Amino acid sequence: MAIRIIKLPDIGEGVAEAEVVEWHVQPGQEIGEDDLLAAVMTDKATVEIPSPVAGTVIELGGEVGSVMAVGSKLVAIETEAAGSRLEAETVPVEDAPKAEPAAASVEKPAEKSAPVVEKPKAPIPEKVSRPPAEPVRGTPLEAQAKPVASPAVRGRARDAGVDLRQIRGTGPAGRVTHQDLDAFMASGAVPAASSRTPRREGVEQIKIVGLRRRIAEKMAESTRKIAHFAYVEEVDMTALEELRAHLNKRHPDRPKLTVLPFIVRALTQALRDFPQMNALYDDDAEVVSRYAAAHVGIAAQTPNGLMVPVLKHAETLDLWQTAQEIRRLAEAARDGTAKRDELSGSTITISSLGDLGGIVSTPVINRPEVAIVGINKMAIRPVWQDDRFVPRKMMNLSSSFDHRVVDGHDAASFIRAIKERLELPATLFIEA
Amino acid sequence: MEEISTKVLVIGGGPGGYVTAIRAGQLGLPTIVVEEAKLGGTCLNVGCIPSKALIHAAEAFHHAKAQEKGASPFGLSVASPTLDFGKTIGWKDGIVGRLTNGVAGLLRKHKVKAIAGKAELIDGKSCVVRMADGDKRIHAEHIVLATGSAPVEVPALPFGGPVISSTEALALDAVPATLVVVGAGYIGLELGMAYAKLGSKVTVVEAADRILPVWDPELTAPVAKRLKQLGVEVLTATTAHALSDDQRALVVRQSGSVDKLTIAADKVLVAVGRMPRTQGFGLEKLDLTMQGRFIAIDDQCATSMRNVWAVGDVTGEPMLAHRAMAQGEMVAEIIAGEKRSFDKTAIAAVCFTDPEIVSVGLLPNQAKAQGLEIVIGNFPFLANGRAMSQDDEAGFVRVVARADNHLVLGIQAVGMGVAELSSAFALALEMGAVLEDIAGTIHAHPTRGEAFQEAALGALGHALHI
Repeated sequence: MAIRIIKLPDIGEGVAEAEVVEWHVQPGQEIGEDDLLAAVMTDKATVEIPSPVAGTVIELGGEVGSVMAVGSKLVAIETEAAGSRLEAETVPVEDAPKAEPAAASVEKPAEKSAPVVEKPKAPIPEKVSRPPAEPVRGTPLEAQAKPVASPAVRGRARDAGVDLRQIRGTGPAGRVTHQDLDAFMASGAVPAASSRTPRREGVEQIKIVGLRRRIAEKMAESTRKIAHFAYVEEVDMTALEELRAHLNKRHPDRPKLTVLPFIVRALTQALRDFPQMNALYDDDAEVVSRYAAAHVGIAAQTPNGLMVPVLKHAETLDLWQTAQEIRRLAEAARDGTAKRDELSGSTITISSLGDLGGIVSTPVINRPEVAIVGINKMAIRPVWQDDRFVPRKMMNLSSSFDHRVVDGHDAASFIRAIKERLELPATLFIEA
Repeated sequence: MEEISTKVLVIGGGPGGYVTAIRAGQLGLPTIVVEEAKLGGTCLNVGCIPSKALIHAAEAFHHAKAQEKGASPFGLSVASPTLDFGKTIGWKDGIVGRLTNGVAGLLRKHKVKAIAGKAELIDGKSCVVRMADGDKRIHAEHIVLATGSAPVEVPALPFGGPVISSTEALALDAVPATLVVVGAGYIGLELGMAYAKLGSKVTVVEAADRILPVWDPELTAPVAKRLKQLGVEVLTATTAHALSDDQRALVVRQSGSVDKLTIAADKVLVAVGRMPRTQGFGLEKLDLTMQGRFIAIDDQCATSMRNVWAVGDVTGEPMLAHRAMAQGEMVAEIIAGEKRSFDKTAIAAVCFTDPEIVSVGLLPNQAKAQGLEIVIGNFPFLANGRAMSQDDEAGFVRVVARADNHLVLGIQAVGMGVAELSSAFALALEMGAVLEDIAGTIHAHPTRGEAFQEAALGALGHALHI
């Protein structure tokens, strides 16, 4: 490697200096012999200066407009095969566009695996997403976030509530033309009132596999076979809430009691008088099996989907044991360590949406069971008592029954039995 | 107190305010504009317009003087020209008067009520105007803040006596024999060059290491060269300290030097920038979100308070009249219920030095800083027939475009009369032109505009006339 300094040559008689009016080369550029380096201007003429050697330009002697003396350094050129290293840095003007990362990745990273009831580790749900329209060639989005369009097109788009970024411009450099806008609006894509919110495009297809598919099958089977009927009753929880608060305060060392253990207790007690609710209906064999034990399923949302861990022999558990067991099962279901027999074998189910809960729900029966009790959200509501409204903590129970084997009157009586125990919580602890 | 209700209340009658008011009037909105000084604001009264008048007069005088010295290449000679500076100022005042009267007429025409007085905000819906014949209280659905900006003072050189701002520099009794300009931004250089041409011995003091530091040295080099030809001494990397004890000179110090320099100065023009006018009219009561010294606005010129809008210099850089006017027009239309946002691609900046400088969009170094691969086309006026025939060949037109799709990112020019090319440059950027659009447009011959086409051709690799 050698560095050749090309000096400003003596251009003509009596000329001592010349002004650089244009550079034909830039540092880093590879040039051949006789390629033009610069145009310089004297007070007589403009003269092009060719390069006497081939090589890579490494330095220019001045900027456009600078006046240089004859004999001063015009450019410095690195000669011989300095090529390969610098070649890589040379970027031709007509270079191919940079790869567009958004368009290239069709598949999103797979979602976290979802355990199925039988197998904690389910196949990974496959997400298939359709990529949005291919962006304009050679127009990286980050560099051209503003759409290229004339003010008239921008104005029309704004008035029509169209976000120009949605339109693929057909003009040079991806410019959105009037025709592009016409075509976009003619495609029926004119959005609703709010133009401040860009329209959302694209369809994401998600394969229903694993636990989700099992849930889907069970739900469809349940609603197809069972003649559901829903029954909603309100419960005054004021007294129970006082008791609950008191117990939690008195026993800070024990697991904190939620409403759920009380409802489990009320339910298991009511089941003594309504054995037809604690049953499994084998509709193929046309046999209803009534169970003495109360195996209470607690339908719960986990990060992996809907699961129903089961409180075995709930009738044997006191409040704190119930609370403890519910917590243990919920944690096991959530982190996927629940055993198979902890997730099956229920004879009746309680469905709770926790803080959400709503006013009314119509739960789907966990077939082959025949009843499900849903807990709605508790709220202080005005209740007419005697001659005035009083604030009471009210909560609805929304239940569903299999009308093939449960009559409406029985269902209503069963719910009333639960309600009475909850409203007079002392009765929960008085063995009849 | 007299109470008035209106739909739109505009505070400030400069380009931002009066355009808001005119457009609002056109759209049928009941509108009041309050101005404490004169309609037209800084621009018409003590800024753009009077400075251009002074620059024009100075140029004419300078030209005549040059011919007197026998420097005319085309053989013109004149007998010793003189300038009646009082008449120059009078002529300038006449132009200002015509334009400010014109604004008043336009406001009347569009049924805008102009109130002369100082507005004091009460809250986001009302203000009180103190007037000689009693105070008025104005209630409005919408308030548009267009209070503009004022020259920045240098603590060591408070305005007064020989220390003047651009406002006073446009209304001097006589051409000062010696003038020191503090600040080599566009205001300082425009006025400094004008006074140099009018006969002052001018020295420019700049703290940065070169003149017009917002632009690249290539673009400003022709101005630096002309300053030298005019005999203007430019002291860069130099800070102004204080007036000398006799108030007849300015003491400065060059960075890296302990010695102080004393420069004779009949007048010291301090032109180190402008600051938004945000105090003294009750703005603090609104407790608006600020962005630095400026009122923070969104792309609709909405402030943090509902139905309080702000336009112009009070909202930030670039502090240019044409930006304020575009904002004002838009705000009036938004108030009238139209869908608008400030989505301009570029705002041209023009510096009326000799030669003039225009810059629209990105400079080459700004484009590179954004990580863009660019091509640059540059065509010198040395090779432009019109420039030769005007006997002023300094400067060039430069086009900056994306290398991949040739979208034009920026256009700059320096040279005599290039301010008039700014409209072509801005149009090209606003329309989303690519190099081929400019190269493919026939530019009339012989004009300086041909250099624009040639620069685009040059960026494409096939300039014709160089």
